[in-house]
Amino acid sequence: MMMIRRFEEESARNYAKGKIGGFLHLYIGQEAIAVAAAEVLEDRDYIFQTYRDHGIALARGMSAKSAMAELFGKDTGCSRGLGGSMHFFDVERGFLGGWGIVGGHLALAAGTAFKSKYSGEDSVTVCFFGDGSTNIGGFHEAMSLAGLWKLPVVFVCENNQYAMGTPLERTSPLKDLSVKAKGYGMVGDRFDGHDVEVVQERIGAAVDRARAGGGPTFIEILTYRFRGHSMSDPAKYRSRTELEQRKAQDPVVLVRDRLLGLGVDENALDDIDLEVDEEIDAAVRFAEDSEPALEEVMMSTVLAPEGDS
Amino acid sequence: MRELRYREALREAMFEEMERDDRVFLMGEEVGHYQGAYKVSEGLLDKYGERRVIDTPIAEAGFAGVGIGAAMVGLRPIIEFMTWNFSFVAFDQIISNAAKVHQMSAGEIQVPIVFRGPNGAAKQVASQHSHSAAPFYTHIPGLYVIQPSTPRDAKGLLKSAIRSNNPVVFLEGETLYGVQGEVPDEGVEELIPIGQSRLARTGTDCTIVTWGRPYYTVLAAAEKLAAEGIECEVIDPRTLRPLDTALMVESVKKTNRCVVVHEHWPYGGPGAEIVDRLQREAFDYLDAPLERVTGLDVPMPYALNLEDKVLPTEGRVIDAVKRVSYSK
Ligand SMILES: Cc1ncc(C[n+]2csc(CCOP(=O)(O)OP(=O)(O)O)c2C)c(N)n1
Ligand SMILES: [Mg+2]
Repeated sequence: MMMIRRFEEESARNYAKGKIGGFLHLYIGQEAIAVAAAEVLEDRDYIFQTYRDHGIALARGMSAKSAMAELFGKDTGCSRGLGGSMHFFDVERGFLGGWGIVGGHLALAAGTAFKSKYSGEDSVTVCFFGDGSTNIGGFHEAMSLAGLWKLPVVFVCENNQYAMGTPLERTSPLKDLSVKAKGYGMVGDRFDGHDVEVVQERIGAAVDRARAGGGPTFIEILTYRFRGHSMSDPAKYRSRTELEQRKAQDPVVLVRDRLLGLGVDENALDDIDLEVDEEIDAAVRFAEDSEPALEEVMMSTVLAPEGDS
Repeated sequence: MRELRYREALREAMFEEMERDDRVFLMGEEVGHYQGAYKVSEGLLDKYGERRVIDTPIAEAGFAGVGIGAAMVGLRPIIEFMTWNFSFVAFDQIISNAAKVHQMSAGEIQVPIVFRGPNGAAKQVASQHSHSAAPFYTHIPGLYVIQPSTPRDAKGLLKSAIRSNNPVVFLEGETLYGVQGEVPDEGVEELIPIGQSRLARTGTDCTIVTWGRPYYTVLAAAEKLAAEGIECEVIDPRTLRPLDTALMVESVKKTNRCVVVHEHWPYGGPGAEIVDRLQREAFDYLDAPLERVTGLDVPMPYALNLEDKVLPTEGRVIDAVKRVSYSK
């Protein structure tokens, strides 16, 4: 969790310096969800995320170097500088992308789950998306098919209360989005996302069910982003008090306090923080020193090579 | 005349048309309380309230369809796509419904609707967010497609689009919103007709047809070429469907050469359409094959060094003009 937090803070700094361009959506405040999900998944499982994709990529084991180099538009980045912040990929680790069009990747997740079922494999797909994504057609169609065919997929709605500048009460007549599960014939669940242990247990249950052939789950996790929607959003639509209240439930602080409460030596935690800082510094140096993205890669990857089907 | 930014010119057009006609309303994501993702609709909610300035959930196919339905029975919606990239989930509504129903109903049903929003690459927003949408929509009979380059054209054409009785695809530019230019004074109403090209620069040596963001690249290139003694005439079609080639043909008769510069991909689209028409309509006057400078034929990469290569550059424009001029 510390790694994600520091990575995102460092990304913001480098965005301000002009080292990173385009859209940059930070995961600060939501870390417990990615970390918990990564914990319950197996190597053979698949993951999809929106453009807010740094957290889950790092949690899944992508190196900070590879992630930072991508943000810097370098050939050593996880998408070789072609994708940027919104389009991280780490196929080896089953991380099948950061996707930019709201709702567009949900059916893809049903598709990888379809493959698992088709091939008789027990891999599971977890698909993340925001509260704002539950109104678009892509959501409905993916949920319909996954429910009908009992696909091994877990749909995780990270309800951070806002779709860009619009609060949930102005995008949905529902307070509880998890009731939608019923309409697709799948199990629904809903819980707070700041306690990593709770998230781990509940996502774990859904993943186990999917793996055992029990079909898909729709989970709504209540969370909050501490920064604006992206770097260009000053987030004037919410009050300081609201933000402060939410920050009092910072998942990173919560986990640290819990560890201290359990008797973990504070120095040991500080050492972890230091290690993380060093790793992030090294990632920035690596990104700086790497070669810019290559024209040859851009040209040669438009289509896949033919011949070995 | 006074100077306005492109975004302010669009905003004025919406204010004026909403003032004039209660049937006109604005609908889209973040258009109201947030004052517009790119601040084009700033102030509209305060003035016209939630009845006429309507924030939607992320549901493009839904609110495009709501707009079309409302237009079929007499309202005059302005539907804002946060960017045209997101219109693709509403493609079916625009293509199968908005563009078809007038003829399908033997002229019984009109669809006076405007779909508008920023189009094309911004800066480093990568492949899913950098589409130049003109070719997709210019292909469709039953639609008008407008892509204004200057604040004045933006205002005058948006006003005409709102008053049109047909569905209009109105392509703005994120990188153009801050561009300043002359716009008629307050109280002076200017409606720029849909389907008319505009002469943007006079010259005798080579005609350049261009629109959107490359318009500014071309004007800068034309200055550099002028310094070398090559005077370019620049024509902005402004409306891409229907396409007005009259000015272009007139110009080519004088210059005998032509380069078409656009951001969209080279395969088809209005760029190829213009070349096709000019080679027929001005065949006898051409001293060189028509050339095009286009966005490269690849999905847009994130990295800035590559994005700069993909988008049309001054250098590529200058080279193309020199090639058709057989000069070095
Ligand atoms: C189809 C589509 N429409 C609009 C957008 C622009 N957009 C990007 S993110 C976003 C808000 C999404 O909110 P939510 O689903 O809650 O996810 P969050 O960003 O809060 O994680 C919008 C409107 C888009 N990317 N795709
Ligand atoms: Mg959200």
